[in-house]
Amino acid sequence: MSADPFSNRKPETGAFFQRDRLWHPPAFTPDYKTSVLRSPQKALLSLDNTLSEITGPVFGHNMLGELDNDLIHNFAKPGESAIGPRIIVYGRVLDERGKGVPGALLEFWQANAGGRYRHKKEGYLAALDPNFGGCGRTITNEEGNYAFRTIQPGPYPWPNGVNDWRPAHIHFSVFGHGFAQRLITQMYFEGDPMIWQCPIVKTIPDRAAVESLIAALDREATIPMDARAYKFDIVLRGRRSSLFENRLEGN
Amino acid sequence: MAQALNRLKESASQTAGPYVHIGLTPNFCDIKGVYPADLGATMVNEKTKGERITIRARVLDGTGTPLKDALIEIWQADADGLYNSPSEMRGTADPHFAGWGRKATDMDTGECVFETIKPGRVPFKNGRKMAPHISFWIVARGINIGLQTRMYFPEEEAANAEDPVLARIEHKVRVPTLIAQRAADGAYVFDIHLQGEKETVFFDI
Ligand SMILES: [Fe+2]
Repeated sequence: MSADPFSNRKPETGAFFQRDRLWHPPAFTPDYKTSVLRSPQKALLSLDNTLSEITGPVFGHNMLGELDNDLIHNFAKPGESAIGPRIIVYGRVLDERGKGVPGALLEFWQANAGGRYRHKKEGYLAALDPNFGGCGRTITNEEGNYAFRTIQPGPYPWPNGVNDWRPAHIHFSVFGHGFAQRLITQMYFEGDPMIWQCPIVKTIPDRAAVESLIAALDREATIPMDARAYKFDIVLRGRRSSLFENRLEGN
Repeated sequence: MAQALNRLKESASQTAGPYVHIGLTPNFCDIKGVYPADLGATMVNEKTKGERITIRARVLDGTGTPLKDALIEIWQADADGLYNSPSEMRGTADPHFAGWGRKATDMDTGECVFETIKPGRVPFKNGRKMAPHISFWIVARGINIGLQTRMYFPEEEAANAEDPVLARIEHKVRVPTLIAQRAADGAYVFDIHLQGEKETVFFDI
């Protein structure tokens, strides 16, 4: 082992903290109807991480294209841009210990300003924006920080109840350092009353857990005459230190 | 009162929704020109070491209907049982094999196909070897938090019998839910059942 076991520059090999399954949404949430037939009904098999979960792939900054973190332009014709309120989304990926997570791959997707997704299974009558694709990605820096530029998505109706609407949101996929940290979530916008009416939001049992998915409007990070800014931090599972790891003997 | 531990809570999961492809496999859903290729679409090249295998996977709901909007990621060791990860301290994995793949299930058939290699055996915490296996992570509309499971190999009967993870499954009749079947063409077929009598064993890991 190294001379400085507390250095966070060398790779960590500890198991991840147990997931708090009461904080996350349960699998079976009948008010979100699709979950009824897609929710496992038997108890999950709880196991401490093995190497197969402690490890995970690495994504290098060199895989990123110049416009990957700019949804206003990455699908637009040259010289044109997507329609909608211009925003910057920025924040930090941390783990449950409060440490920044460098090198985390973030992928995001969203509807356009009218609430329409660019997808063949999508039938909402709102218009497509020819200059908006709806996907982007970035990788966190040494401190775990990230930022991207986009347009604020619109709310949209969806078939669940007769008149259910999704609040404006951006989907996030997060890849930390271990396969056990894999997470998909959604970011909501501060002040939106529709957040608290949404059956998908309401799959989360804890109000504080929902509040931590609501991005804050940050006037200080706003670029005057250009784009407003929203701050959205993401927390991944923390991991145990392997300093005093139990070693079973006799094997 | 005592000192605060100052831990944060993990961000709560939310479903990937029906349009997960836009974000994770945009080329698959005809959003072309943003990324050169979908991440994780190709796992092996001609220099990758190991036995080539094909996995055909499906995810089935409580009625037995395959999901046509699921997304599966797999993570596995190389042919020598090493992970291509900074947390792998036992050696250096095959540089021509990342070990990670991502596929959306077909919008008509519900099937997705991984072309990869058969992984080597990886040690459990106590040094005993686990049987060759591939970790699966499944998300879709209607799945509120990603499901974790594993695929094992049917020809590895002896290794499977001593695998410390399979050994933890109390109801032995459920062990086969984690073992792929071999099709006539040699491909491994892995059906993941979300519910019902054949419900796959999912992990809280
Ligand atoms: Fe959405």
